[in-house]
Amino acid sequence: MIKKILIILFFSLNANAALEVTIAQGKVEPTPIAITQIFGADSDTARYGNTLRQIISNNLTNSGLFYTVNEDLYIQSDNLVEKVPRFEDWKLIKAQFLLSADVSKTDKGIRLRMRLYDVFNAKEIEKLQLTIPDENLIRRVGHTVSDIVYERITGETGYFDTRIVYVSEIGPLDQRVKRLAIMDQDGHIDSHQFLTDGKNMVLTPRFAPNKQLITYMEYKNNLPRVYIYNLKTGEREIVGDFPGMTFAPRFSPDSQSVVMSFSDPSNAANSEIYLMDLNTRSRSRLTNDSGIDTSPSFSPNGEKIVFNSDRGGSPQLFIMDKNGDNIKRISKGRGVYGNPVWSPRGDLIAFTKLTQGNFHIGVMDTNGNNERVIVRDFALESPAWSPNGRYLIFHRQKRSNLDGTGGEVTIHFIDITGYNERIIPTPRDGSDPAWSPLL
Amino acid sequence: MLIVAGFFLASCAATKTDQGGDVDAASASASSSSGGEITAGTQEDLIVNVGDRVFFEFDSSELTVDAQATLDAQAAWLMQYPDTNITVEGHADERGTREYNLALGDKRAFSVYSYLAQAGIDTNRMEYVSWGKERPEVIGSDETAYSQNRRGVTLVSN
Repeated sequence: MIKKILIILFFSLNANAALEVTIAQGKVEPTPIAITQIFGADSDTARYGNTLRQIISNNLTNSGLFYTVNEDLYIQSDNLVEKVPRFEDWKLIKAQFLLSADVSKTDKGIRLRMRLYDVFNAKEIEKLQLTIPDENLIRRVGHTVSDIVYERITGETGYFDTRIVYVSEIGPLDQRVKRLAIMDQDGHIDSHQFLTDGKNMVLTPRFAPNKQLITYMEYKNNLPRVYIYNLKTGEREIVGDFPGMTFAPRFSPDSQSVVMSFSDPSNAANSEIYLMDLNTRSRSRLTNDSGIDTSPSFSPNGEKIVFNSDRGGSPQLFIMDKNGDNIKRISKGRGVYGNPVWSPRGDLIAFTKLTQGNFHIGVMDTNGNNERVIVRDFALESPAWSPNGRYLIFHRQKRSNLDGTGGEVTIHFIDITGYNERIIPTPRDGSDPAWSPLL
Repeated sequence: MLIVAGFFLASCAATKTDQGGDVDAASASASSSSGGEITAGTQEDLIVNVGDRVFFEFDSSELTVDAQATLDAQAAWLMQYPDTNITVEGHADERGTREYNLALGDKRAFSVYSYLAQAGIDTNRMEYVSWGKERPEVIGSDETAYSQNRRGVTLVSN
């Protein structure tokens, strides 16, 4: 499914970002960018151009860091790939950056050429030429161009050429049918694909850093166990041979191990955290306590694990070394904590907290300091980081009623400053979203 | 098909613990009008004459005094029908994370399982499984629903 994208890049000049954006800034005023028509000489290439322009414009706008200047205001209507723009015309309509591109057919496939200009400084700051073998990769080209523009202007790593795996839900709340599904990060319906048929309940999918594998939990023959789904082959494989429930899996940063909970029947079905080496098939037990230990998540350097435990009486967040040593509680606030997820930048831990009748999704430093709530509602769960550590996705569920109505569950995107929340569309209800690394 | 209909009637009534009279009404009507007689040693028998479930306090897997009484009756019933195998399901209400509730549901199921084992039921006859918060008995986002959903359910599996 995921074909190798054929990219020929011609990068230009300086590597410095034109606009520095830091998370500490709080709300960022979106930067105005103009995107010309993406020109194509025939009906096919014109159609590709329209699609690409829409993808790029949506991506940049959805990031909260850009807005697209209304096309009706554009004074110059030329293809600006080979022609120098009349910068005064673009300054006049307050476009800070200007993107122009065209699409053509060559004997190697479909070729896109793109130019990015800094309008105020009247200069080209990026150019790109990229050829793909067929139109199936058009959406990925749009995401790749979006990433290049985002990175060049903000100085941050992009996140558009990524996928979201999640649990698609349908049916009455007491008989939900749950299927693994995958889609581009924008949730576009053309990119949407079901991975399982709904016969068995599936929960909590998570991507491997190597982008090829997804670990998740499935009730196969009514036995809840952790599995790995291979995106290349479509094969499913159970992780280890455990005589009880395994759940809450996540990959280690090197994709060679899965850390998860095992509820051992010989230990009163109390959940402990185990590390399962996928190559040697050896397992090691990391926790040993009479409380529930679950929801482990590795630090990006692989040295530490944050997890959820009720060993102190109520569910809180703890950190330990990768071998289980040096367990320390980090959550300090009032309430019941869960779902800790280490950010890919390594600096923050996202979590859920239940207090005063509401769920909160927040972030804290890795020592538990500087806890900040990002979003609050009746039911919020499953925070997952964008690969650049700037955004979270999560799911939000409405209250349900005795007559079976309500309970709708949707996937949401939010900047970790707490701004710019929006729904990521899914064809049915969606929960347990997880983000892939940059493809 | 008729037996199935009778089972659901009884099951609905049995979940409303303060409406015990409905159980009799449901089973009476099932046997008289639809002909769905309750067969001894079946799930329907367990539901109507013993009680197929126990309830837990919030975030707890400890068996209450009421729960222990129900399980004593279940153990006696299982002794009476030695060919019967069961699966114990552990469930949680929706006010916790999915993963924590899977863990909690397993502890609840195991509490029931080990109580029955200590009461003399052969563990070869029993299995248990957690469904976390994934299979509520009562839909609803209030304590009435939650208290019904924090449960351990004994299912006849053969």
